[in-house]
Amino acid sequence: MWLLLKYTLLYAAVLMLVAMGGMFSERSGVINIALEGIMVIGGLVGVVMINILNAAGTPIFLNILLCMIAAGAAGMLYSSLLAFSSINLKADQTIGGTALNLLATAVAMVIAKRINGNDSPKITYSANSNQLFNNSNFSFNIGPLTLNWFLVATILLLIAAWFVLYRSRFGMRLMACGEHPQAADSVGINVYKMRWAGVLISGVLGGLGGMAYIVPAVGDWNFEMGVAGMGFLALAVMIFGQWKPLNIAGAALFFAVFRAMANIFDSIPFLASLGWPKEIYNMMPFLASMVVLAFTSKKSRAPKAEGIPYDKGSR
Amino acid sequence: MKKQKNAPRLGNLTGGVSSVLASLVCILVGLVVGFLVLLVLGGVTLAQEGTSFSLGELLKTTWEQGFKPILQGGFYAKANTMGMGVRMEILQAAPLVFTGLSVAFAFKTGLFNIGAAGQYTVGAFFALFAALVLKWPWYLCLLAAGVGGAIWGAIPGLFKAFLNVNEVITSIMFNWVGLYAVNTLIYQQGAGPMFNANTTKTYTLKEVSPQSLLPSFNVKVGGEDYFGKLFQPTIGIFIAIAVAVIIWIIINKTTFGYELKACGHNKEAARYAGINEKKNIVLSMTIAGALAGLGAGVFYLSGSKEWEPLVSTMLPATGFNGISVALLATSNPIGCIFSAIFISHITVGGGFMYAKLFPSEVADIISGVVIYLCAFSLLFKTGILRLFKSRNKPVKAIVPDKGKEADA
Repeated sequence: MWLLLKYTLLYAAVLMLVAMGGMFSERSGVINIALEGIMVIGGLVGVVMINILNAAGTPIFLNILLCMIAAGAAGMLYSSLLAFSSINLKADQTIGGTALNLLATAVAMVIAKRINGNDSPKITYSANSNQLFNNSNFSFNIGPLTLNWFLVATILLLIAAWFVLYRSRFGMRLMACGEHPQAADSVGINVYKMRWAGVLISGVLGGLGGMAYIVPAVGDWNFEMGVAGMGFLALAVMIFGQWKPLNIAGAALFFAVFRAMANIFDSIPFLASLGWPKEIYNMMPFLASMVVLAFTSKKSRAPKAEGIPYDKGSR
Repeated sequence: MKKQKNAPRLGNLTGGVSSVLASLVCILVGLVVGFLVLLVLGGVTLAQEGTSFSLGELLKTTWEQGFKPILQGGFYAKANTMGMGVRMEILQAAPLVFTGLSVAFAFKTGLFNIGAAGQYTVGAFFALFAALVLKWPWYLCLLAAGVGGAIWGAIPGLFKAFLNVNEVITSIMFNWVGLYAVNTLIYQQGAGPMFNANTTKTYTLKEVSPQSLLPSFNVKVGGEDYFGKLFQPTIGIFIAIAVAVIIWIIINKTTFGYELKACGHNKEAARYAGINEKKNIVLSMTIAGALAGLGAGVFYLSGSKEWEPLVSTMLPATGFNGISVALLATSNPIGCIFSAIFISHITVGGGFMYAKLFPSEVADIISGVVIYLCAFSLLFKTGILRLFKSRNKPVKAIVPDKGKEADA
């Protein structure tokens, strides 16, 4: 049971981070389907940073912080490509995002292969490889329960996101740009700037989420498979959470249970006795998200202006 | 698009030419980025190995070992023993034409079929099941592949039409569901009827059901068979070209095609004109799915690759490359043939690069950059049109305007 709780919280943190990222972007009016790719880039830079800092010998706590910052910064940098094409060049946001997803996997494969001398796209950062600073440093125990620092960061960011969105001038302006950019512009809000901010925040959260997905769970990662659809799942979490931070937290917990089962189903006696193949459990979060969306999307309330490029001239 | 009037014939022509030119600009920029990536990769690798080199040497190596193979694709000299590279290029182009058509067809109805990868996967399963278990002849297997893809394409269509769920989200979710389902059904804990435990792949069509293999063809060059005796390209590419022409006729010359386009341009106006837009959404996605499924059919019935359920942890790239194909072709079915050949060309070429210096995925980077540019290629198009005429004329959009939807 502790194991189920461990993995549920682990994946809930990932989904919360990335879905919150999607929320900031869509609240500002930009559909961010590139979250999957942003996660890949964030995860890649995160694990590369682990291996770099391993040699540096800096204090562990500082290392953890630096890795998180690196992952977030990488996500932010990558998301600026989406911001540039969809805000400044008014490109189709879905297509631009899809391109960035494909590009991210290709870039991650090339870089990972380069690091390994062009053999395999798998990067190792586990304790087994005699690394001083490794993935186990990101976890800590409270009694029988294993938690990780990403979860702590997520909870802090969740609270911060709620305050920023609902209790700050910036948040109000951001939401205005996603609902009615023309009106926002007419009262002197710079719509382009606010949308850039929304996308960049989503890049930071997506990049961090990518690292949170890869690092605490396993000791090596094959970048051939990207992040296996986790970014898209986060989009479903965001819709299910109705673009609101606290609802997203609840939705993330719900989906994380399904995702966690794929990792540990054979250690739960009841599930193991069913003898189902692992693939069934892999499928579950995706099927669950479809069922949930089928029932909720009729009364779903997305930001009104999302997906529509803002053109000052057509006001 | 809002202001599109009955453009004169000449206007259509320059519009078409400028689309082609815009796509060529995208390709050109993509290739330049690819070259720069290769240059950096080569430089970093050589520096790490401690080899000293001048910029001229680096440029030469990058050109000879990296960029030249990409540009020459299947025609790269080293690989061109008995037309091997060309055969690979033809083999990979055929399914790409289909997945490209799949995405392009959905675009016409204003839908973004990002699910071609999943439809392709399910189509592959249906084709392999029909071939390896039912031992049907190839044309029935191909049909089965189409049916499989159609089922998987219809699901997002139904979700969109009746439950108001965005087809992009549904397609993505069902991509993964399809992949996991197909892997399970083929593997079945090692007991699947199509699964060969010795090779951990599906059985080859050659040993189990030779009648399911697509017919192959050969070309005489200088009195000799260009493709050799053992591995010959299949007629898949000709089927693909024929289907592309049929799709072009459906879209441009039939009432059904007109209705689909009307739904893509303006859903409300189409409904007002008495067009059943729900039916059209479902039909469009079903046909798009069938096309992607057929693509899997022509590939897996060629006998050159088997499904590996244990290592297929990622969605087939052919599905996503279909998006590049459709965008490069500006959703023109005939254009899909050429853009599919281009994507296949650089992918095959990528595999011929000197792997110690240049990973083959650089080809994927190039096609990724090309789609990214295609997303805003309207800008190029406007610029090119301005070159044609100094006056500002309305420009035809590449993708139907789907921004106004506020659904989930």
